[in-house]
Amino acid sequence: MNITTELVDYVSELSRLKLPEEEKASMTAQLEQIIGYMDVLNTLDTSDIEPMSHTFPVKNVLREDEVEVFPNRDGLLAGAPAHDEEAFFVPKTVD
Amino acid sequence: MNWEVVIGLETHVELATKTKIFCSCSTEFGGAPNTHVCPVCTGMPGTLPVMNKKVLEYAAKASLALGCTVTQYCKFDRKNYFYPDLPKAYQVSQLYLPIGRNGSVPIRVGSEEKVIRIHELHMEEDAGKLVHDNWIDQTRADYNRCGVPLIEIVTEPDFRSADEVIAYLEKLRSTLEYLGVSDCKMQEGSLRCDVNLSVRPQGSDELGTRTEMKNLNSFKAISRAIAYEARRQQERIELDHKRVIQETRRWDDNKDATYSMRSKENAQDYRYFPEPDIPPMELSDAYLESLRQAMPEMAEAKRERYQAQWGLSAKDAELLTSSRAMAAFFEETVAAGASPKQASDWIQGEVLRELKERGLDVKEMIFAPENLAKLIGLVSAGRLNRGSAAKVLRGCFEDNADVEDYMRQHGLEQVNDAGLLEEAVTAVLAENPQSVADYRAGKKKAVGFLMGQCMKRLRGKGDPKAVSALLNQKLEG
Amino acid sequence: MQELLSYSAVELGRLLRKGELSVKEATEAALSAIERRQSGNNAFITVTGEQALAQAEQAQRRLLAGEDIGPLTGVPAAIKDNICTLGVKTTCASKIMGDFLPPYQATVMEKLEGAGAVSLGKLNMDEFAMGSTTETSFYGATKNPWDLSRVPGGSSGGAAAAVAARECWYALGSDTGGSIRQPASYCGVTGMKPTYGAVSRYGLIAYASSLDQIGPLARTAEDCAAILDVIMGKDKRDGTSLDAPCGGLLAGLNPDLTGKTVGIPVDCFEDGLDPDVRERVLSVADVLKGRGAKVEEFRLPVMQYVVPTYYIIAAAEASSNLSRFDGVKYGWRASGYEDLTDLYCKTRTEGFGSEVKRRILLGTFVLSSGYYDAFYRKALQVKHVIKSAFDDAFTKYDLILMPVAPTTAPRLGESLSDPLKMYLSDIYTVSVNLAGLPGLSMPCGFDRQGLPVGAQLIGPALGEQAILNAAYAYQQDTDYHKQAPVAAEGGERA
Repeated sequence: MNITTELVDYVSELSRLKLPEEEKASMTAQLEQIIGYMDVLNTLDTSDIEPMSHTFPVKNVLREDEVEVFPNRDGLLAGAPAHDEEAFFVPKTVD
Repeated sequence: MNWEVVIGLETHVELATKTKIFCSCSTEFGGAPNTHVCPVCTGMPGTLPVMNKKVLEYAAKASLALGCTVTQYCKFDRKNYFYPDLPKAYQVSQLYLPIGRNGSVPIRVGSEEKVIRIHELHMEEDAGKLVHDNWIDQTRADYNRCGVPLIEIVTEPDFRSADEVIAYLEKLRSTLEYLGVSDCKMQEGSLRCDVNLSVRPQGSDELGTRTEMKNLNSFKAISRAIAYEARRQQERIELDHKRVIQETRRWDDNKDATYSMRSKENAQDYRYFPEPDIPPMELSDAYLESLRQAMPEMAEAKRERYQAQWGLSAKDAELLTSSRAMAAFFEETVAAGASPKQASDWIQGEVLRELKERGLDVKEMIFAPENLAKLIGLVSAGRLNRGSAAKVLRGCFEDNADVEDYMRQHGLEQVNDAGLLEEAVTAVLAENPQSVADYRAGKKKAVGFLMGQCMKRLRGKGDPKAVSALLNQKLEG
Repeated sequence: MQELLSYSAVELGRLLRKGELSVKEATEAALSAIERRQSGNNAFITVTGEQALAQAEQAQRRLLAGEDIGPLTGVPAAIKDNICTLGVKTTCASKIMGDFLPPYQATVMEKLEGAGAVSLGKLNMDEFAMGSTTETSFYGATKNPWDLSRVPGGSSGGAAAAVAARECWYALGSDTGGSIRQPASYCGVTGMKPTYGAVSRYGLIAYASSLDQIGPLARTAEDCAAILDVIMGKDKRDGTSLDAPCGGLLAGLNPDLTGKTVGIPVDCFEDGLDPDVRERVLSVADVLKGRGAKVEEFRLPVMQYVVPTYYIIAAAEASSNLSRFDGVKYGWRASGYEDLTDLYCKTRTEGFGSEVKRRILLGTFVLSSGYYDAFYRKALQVKHVIKSAFDDAFTKYDLILMPVAPTTAPRLGESLSDPLKMYLSDIYTVSVNLAGLPGLSMPCGFDRQGLPVGAQLIGPALGEQAILNAAYAYQQDTDYHKQAPVAAEGGERA
């Protein structure tokens, strides 16, 4: 499959990555090579096969609806690049 | 040309669980920013979600009550997008195997009955809250709401008017409230609704291009927004000869208009895929049957029963079933011995007035149904007249003091002593010769004044029936 | 007395319990070995000497009090830097993590604490565990103690190097597509990836959630058994952790393999496998036969699909898992951004290394609208086929024997220029993750250049004991696992 720079741009935008031009060219080529190689999967007929997302038949792992208070709120905020004692800060997002 | 409006709804309802969907933080509304948070709901690296049992139960109950087919093997998926109110940069939701599908909700508008089809009902987590702080010119992210459990109920485009939409939402609210799965408070955002609307020439089978309206915070706003948006689309097609653009529009309640939210936003491609951190959920037949068995009687069934069993009017039945708590209060009052008709009158009269004055909801009321039944009993037994009874209710309303004790302590028991009544009536007639003359001259209305004077003299405690009989007897005699 | 650091973890634990030496002595010996070797092999990102000595004191108290807290009490260990350690910098070897101090403790760390472990520090790795060489670390490459011009493998390269270089008695690593087994093989140590769900992932910074598992790297199979006894078990904080009986692996070790059948998939010994590696791995079969096992060859044609399937699934999950690193809640934030989107883009573009970005882009692509069915859904279907093929094999065999990697450790700088070639070298390890199975890598000799070769034993789900028994039997009859690189033998190599 042909991987165009437009496709790489699109996928980069979705990923919030902005590759410098020179990196973009080599990335495009590498992705094309890797994705091309993945074509080998199409030699296997899987039309009757159910996609398997969970390997083991573990199911209904549920917890009781009981409140537990996390004791280290300050620790949660402390690692943020921009914050005060109450909230995380981001550039203007809403009015 | 005549235009037809076609509407579909996406309603988000917060489930009334104590904890969040994937962690044990409280779902309590309000609270200082980032106080109901933990490493899981703030998306700390390495943390994992664990599903809340109650969320599954509530979502399954809601699916059953809305006539959905329950997906007995259901899973979560990740919806990926970047936004600062979403700390993991993905929302855990359901795309491929939502818990409920193909439901139906019968509604009534006036005398018209109609069925609204439910496309699907799925579980997901709520996002956080962003507030811009002008002082520091930064947006503050508060993750208290992150991970609060929601169900999203998506209808088919079956609505043709705002009235139908409101009827459906009323029905939905009542159903979910009766189920006990949500308190459906629009003002606290526990019921939120996005309206997908398009218009088409009457008679056409094709759907027009739709817009999605957000920020509709009340039923009133929904009605007005539908009217506005339908007109806007028609005018755009008819007057401007332009096509409707598929977009999201924001309702502005102050300006009474919708505005395009289109911006230089990045491409939208949510890249849904099965959530690997949460094992699938299997809902057995036995489990679903147990939920069905535990299903409470819904408002509609109650309304019919109140009319058939107790002879209440349709209007009374409607009001008494307007919320689960109201219906429960009413039924418990009856169960404690009050006559249904009197219980209904008292609740719709004095009880509601007391609540309103205090800005309380029935749910928050301390005054007990047994106490109300006792009060009604005192009136029926002729020990309290209605006016005094209202005073007793008022006095006992806040602390649920025993109505009989209160009546005694405040000396409000009805005076039935024939001698005392005779004395009072005789005195009033003697003091008001003009009124007596008026009455006898044919101004029958004067009796009202005399009656009032008698009750005043008896300090409100006289048995009105006895006083009135005595008064008439003396005036006519 | 034997050089302290040449004991196995279980042996050291025994000496500590007997009181023949103190936890402090052991801890100090390890800290001094780290100090001597760090500049050579760069196995550690963070060394927590003070904390280790405090934990040593505590462990010693527990020993003196006669508390029976298990065979590893007081034995110093080191932790891969993608496992969250409360209040101790955890970086995933990435710039974007900044000086992240986890506000909570990973479940495995709580378990180690309970077992009286001493933690020496955090180990180097490929950035976000993406890589096969430990060269993609923001903190510089780790080097192979057997030859400092070579890679230690990856992504748990720091863990394998530290154990091989006798800087600690064991380490916890993580394995998503071979990240424990392959560096164990390159560095001549024993490493095990448990059954998916056997060890809680709570606190392991996710690369690919459906494939990631924490596991031990140590000197011997016996050590691995002891470590797994501590860290395995159902965790209410990890919904994917298995509710299965666990523990007792160490006590259950049995070198008698009579009645056991070992399958050898011939597809794994064909083209592309280094002849020295082939010869060494096949020689393991003879030793196992000597212990009573029956060995049979069989075909496993799904092997040709495992690498693309793995890279589609792993990259897809990674693209989602790594989206949370956006410069808002924790870690590093770029400067000079104009708005929110710019903040995201600058932080992520400058904060992630090339390999991570490559996998994020690949994963985003395979999930994006129009490609999902052809790639991601297809991969989930093939995964099903692969899982079924292994299930079938385990109806006939108790264990499968195959190589860990096609070659021994490559030279530094050889691998990264050709990512596809690097991905292909994961062929023998990724299938185990796709099928959720337990797999172990153990030293089985050296190639002609004197570099360690590893052999892989794979078992059915929750077949840890069977694998450990075979490895234990093998290590009774061989001493490859006792060999140490020159640097670790006392002599210091440049």
